[in-house]
Amino acid sequence: MLIDVSGLNKVYRTREGADINALSNVNFSIGEGEFVTVVGPSGCGKSTLLKILAGTLRRTSGQVTMRGAPIDGPSRDVGVVFQAPVLLPWRTVLENVMLPIEIQKRDRLQYTAKARGFLKLVGLEAFEGKYPNELSGGMQQRVGISRALVHDPALLLMDEPFGALDAMTRESMNLELLRIWNESRKTVLLVTHSIPEAVYLADRVIVMSPRPGRISEILKIDLPRPRPLAIINSEAFGRHVVAIRRHFQSLGALDA
Amino acid sequence: MRRSTSEEHELLESGRPRTLGQTLREKPEIPLAILLFVSLVGGWEAAVRLFEIPKIVLPAPSAVGAALWKGMTGDFLMHFGVTFYETIAGFVLGSVTGLVLGALISQFRLLERTLYPYIVAFQTLPKVAIAPIIVIWFGYGVTSKIVITATIAFFPLLANTIVGLRSAPAEQIELMVAFTASRWQVFRLARLPQALPYIFVGLDVAIVLSVIGAIVGEFVGAQAGLGYLILQKNFNMDMAGVFAILIVLSAMGIGLHLLVNAIQRRVVFWMDGSSDRVMGA
Repeated sequence: MLIDVSGLNKVYRTREGADINALSNVNFSIGEGEFVTVVGPSGCGKSTLLKILAGTLRRTSGQVTMRGAPIDGPSRDVGVVFQAPVLLPWRTVLENVMLPIEIQKRDRLQYTAKARGFLKLVGLEAFEGKYPNELSGGMQQRVGISRALVHDPALLLMDEPFGALDAMTRESMNLELLRIWNESRKTVLLVTHSIPEAVYLADRVIVMSPRPGRISEILKIDLPRPRPLAIINSEAFGRHVVAIRRHFQSLGALDA
Repeated sequence: MRRSTSEEHELLESGRPRTLGQTLREKPEIPLAILLFVSLVGGWEAAVRLFEIPKIVLPAPSAVGAALWKGMTGDFLMHFGVTFYETIAGFVLGSVTGLVLGALISQFRLLERTLYPYIVAFQTLPKVAIAPIIVIWFGYGVTSKIVITATIAFFPLLANTIVGLRSAPAEQIELMVAFTASRWQVFRLARLPQALPYIFVGLDVAIVLSVIGAIVGEFVGAQAGLGYLILQKNFNMDMAGVFAILIVLSAMGIGLHLLVNAIQRRVVFWMDGSSDRVMGA
């Protein structure tokens, strides 16, 4: 197992001194090369979970390990993508992709070739000298994905990476993400609040519910790969969506 | 350095010869500005001659022009050099101090809590009021003018640096931390470039204030400089000469302001997005 999470709890203390259980007794594991999505309404702790795995947020109690070693801070072996691409506007596309290499003081020459490879993979090889404000939202997020992969991390963490994009761009980005995943064979944990997106992408879907944030169910998605977009209309796909939506019937806080 | 699309557009355009009518349609402000200038100066000249306004009250533009010519070929250049030096030296001293202190204060809460109240208290002092003290401390030469200018140029840089260094989006910082960036790397790679637009606003304000600082210093007590020259001409009732120096001073201010803006456009090139106008707006 690449990632093991057991008995994870996260308690936030509010300004008034009250405690909020953001995560309560969370247990799961992720295998090497697996694509796992986390779906749930706002406030279910899915972003908190991702930040703990990224090492930017401290856990309150429990075990979180990567390849057996506890995650106690940011790791060179993790790549992250947030909802906003947060590219540096004064850097070209290629320089943005190279940011983790610069931060981690890796070999610039060797990784420039890698960066160009990822830009080619996301169809932006002609844009490496452009600046972020010359790119569309979807293109910027593709740069963000290349940046998250350039240092060859074992784990790719994505927090609603396509949440800010329009529906059509979002669909094509999902298709593209699966293609990238297929070629790079990374382990991916992707957080979303869209049930169809969660089902479409995943090997397994972790369904979370709020107050306190906990896992209600972990679903195995046995749809064949590669998955064309049209698979969304299949009966098997619909069954998975219905099974997940059952958890949120009373909440009514999810897309589609 | 990257060129903005609007500049490229203009470059392409400039290849073709343009008719006068086209120029007027594209840049209506040019003929309007010329017209306004001519009618203002002409009206002024006419008013002075028509109403026989005494020249110690308001000199005619022609007299100011003559005084300007006489000054430029005479002693203006030497005094200009002194004031220019005081302005630039004070500006550099004040803005570097403001920049460094601002950077330290923005990064260390303890420093902010202990130091910032004193800085604000100092800022509330009118610099004109402490100028005589500074002249006594640093003498009648250029040093006192540089110090006065520096105290004025200091605060815009300090305030803008602090705000600018805190303007980086939280997600950007978190992303860099997730990629194992150190505090110094976050500062150098994200916070500092993010602060540059703010810092340049501070520099622009400070450079114009610096000219004022140098003149105020010279008013209090000096042996040379354009401010000193204004006082001298005032005593001699040479109003045309005073007006001529005012023109030189404002030209200096405008020139320095344009210089800062030109440097800003080169350094903060990614902020240039204002060329796209809404149709009909």
